[in-house]
Amino acid sequence: MINLPISIDAIIPEITLACGAMFLLIIGALSKRIITNTLSYAAVLLLIFTFFLLVSLNWDTSISMNGFFVMDSFAGLIKSAVLLSMAGVLALSTGYMKREEIVAFEYPILVLLSTLGMMVMVSANDLLSLYIGLELQSLALYVLATIRRNSLRSAEAGIKYFVLGALSSGMILFGSSIIYGFAGTTNFTAIAEAFSANPDMKLGLSMGLVFLLSGLAFKISAAPFHMWTPDVYEGAPTSVTALFAIVPKLAALALMMRIFCEPFMGLQDMWVQILWVLSVASMLVGAFAALTQENIKRLLAYSSIGNVGYALIGIIVGGTGGLGATLYYFLIYMAMTAGTFGIIMSLRREGASLEKIESLEGMSKTHPVQAYVLAILMFSMSGIPPMAGFFGKLFIFESAIAGGYIYLAVLGVVSSVVAAYYYLRIIKVMFFDEQVEELQYETNVPRDAVIIVSILIITGLVLMPEPLLIMTQNATASLF
Amino acid sequence: MLAALIFYLFAGILSLSALMVITARNPVHSVLFLILAFFNAAGLFVMLGAEFIGMLLVIVYVGAVAVLFLFVVMMLNMEFKELRKGSMRFIPVGLLLGGVLLTELVIVYQTWKINPKVLTETLGDSAAAPEVPLTNTEALGQILYTDYIYIFQGAGMILLVAMIGAIVLTLRERSGLKRQKVADQQKRQASDVLEIKKVTPGTGI
Repeated sequence: MINLPISIDAIIPEITLACGAMFLLIIGALSKRIITNTLSYAAVLLLIFTFFLLVSLNWDTSISMNGFFVMDSFAGLIKSAVLLSMAGVLALSTGYMKREEIVAFEYPILVLLSTLGMMVMVSANDLLSLYIGLELQSLALYVLATIRRNSLRSAEAGIKYFVLGALSSGMILFGSSIIYGFAGTTNFTAIAEAFSANPDMKLGLSMGLVFLLSGLAFKISAAPFHMWTPDVYEGAPTSVTALFAIVPKLAALALMMRIFCEPFMGLQDMWVQILWVLSVASMLVGAFAALTQENIKRLLAYSSIGNVGYALIGIIVGGTGGLGATLYYFLIYMAMTAGTFGIIMSLRREGASLEKIESLEGMSKTHPVQAYVLAILMFSMSGIPPMAGFFGKLFIFESAIAGGYIYLAVLGVVSSVVAAYYYLRIIKVMFFDEQVEELQYETNVPRDAVIIVSILIITGLVLMPEPLLIMTQNATASLF
Repeated sequence: MLAALIFYLFAGILSLSALMVITARNPVHSVLFLILAFFNAAGLFVMLGAEFIGMLLVIVYVGAVAVLFLFVVMMLNMEFKELRKGSMRFIPVGLLLGGVLLTELVIVYQTWKINPKVLTETLGDSAAAPEVPLTNTEALGQILYTDYIYIFQGAGMILLVAMIGAIVLTLRERSGLKRQKVADQQKRQASDVLEIKKVTPGTGI
């Protein structure tokens, strides 16, 4: 080993990912032909390689890079999930991008750089590294939303996402500056120490926290900060929508868990109220606004808003029980969403991609296997036993009741009953409606592999739901 | 005495030109006043001993941002009078919202407490203070690549993404463009392109 003034052992996965992304960028720029597909597969391999590097690291809690970077078992678990799901999303998108003739070779590079941003976010131990990570992942995602630049809707989605995202980044910065002004430091550990030494600066810190939280609520699209979600999900290419729905929210939720458990633990009575409102509003918006949607991508957008609402319940409850349940819920949600998007991206009708729910009519007769797979995913999403989604909701509501948040649990159950209507409607359209036009299912090996993995995860968790829960609870234990 | 005089000079011109930025009828004048405001603010920073921020203000804001504004204003050729027509309607609402926010901030400011360490401890007091006082620029240079290397490199990655994004979204390959190829020009031999024909008088080619 070379002797460096600071130890870089903990950030080796990040360094590998950054260098790999830049290397692939140079290859792509120098190559005479368009090699988007090759680069995508190389990016998937790079993500998996980074995952193995991450697993080989020591996951004991350690703070490095002059206090900016923290590595613990929580960060390790989230980063592994981010890396693997990003590899899955890239595998989903290769066939789709080729067919839709989106040839920009920068696509996989931007996905890699956004992954890097998420890893920085998850390991942030300072308001500065929080902001750098958040901005790195968002900036790459803004470009991805607009990557089909000749399409008006894609450009609109990108602009909307960019303007609102910039606003939320501004709020995060403003909140951070207030927090810095009062605590005199941006380091999470030091903020917690300063607060416990001087409890009377609570008001100033909570001012900053409100701004920080509003900005983060934009990023996880919690109601009432959700306005951009349906439009962006609808306008972006479907493979990018899949990315938006699956990965970034996990990183942002993990970031929220960390800032609530470390620097702002002392302000718990403040942020619990805010999260309570965010959670209830998201659950209700996700359930009721989705009822009238005809577009599958908009429907999934509202569904993701609702799911963020459920995930927030666990953060409100707190402790390893609550946070573990949230992580468990969201990991299952990610697997289900990956499968759903995989099927939707594979279906075509008259050579065009599928957008409307009614296009699924009569799918059970022409493509029974795919119809049953989608039905399993929908049952799981709506939380019907014995699917994995049921256990996710069960553990969340169980933790809410154990923590004394009865109203929250009741509202959650009510809104998930309402939400079940639109999930079941998809099944009804597939199995009981007459087919008008023929559907084509396009096989693509990496995409089908992702769908199979997603189904295996969901059915596997039915048989043994406990081990993953124990894993997530152990991981969150390192936050306390 | 002299310092106070210079301060009031800079501050006065700064406030006046800031006022002119929003009242000037000609948008080009607005941008020019903005540049004047930046210069005076930079002067104030230098007086505070923050010469690095002063230089940044001149280089980044005057050199890049304000010039960009000037370009945009001149190239767009917008009818600013048309834009302003309706803006008076929004003034009451704007004042109301601003007033509410200001009152809230004042109320909060009267009750909140700042970490006492922030008020007493400044950079110069810390035990590691060097014997020869450093300038701002030197002090920043010493920590940027050492203590803050992680953040610095992260910011570099963000700029890389911004650059990739700008290229992905705007670069278009156009066919039929005539480009100069120096290597091809150099390789060109007279024998490749010239042909000598003998012309007998009176016949033509």
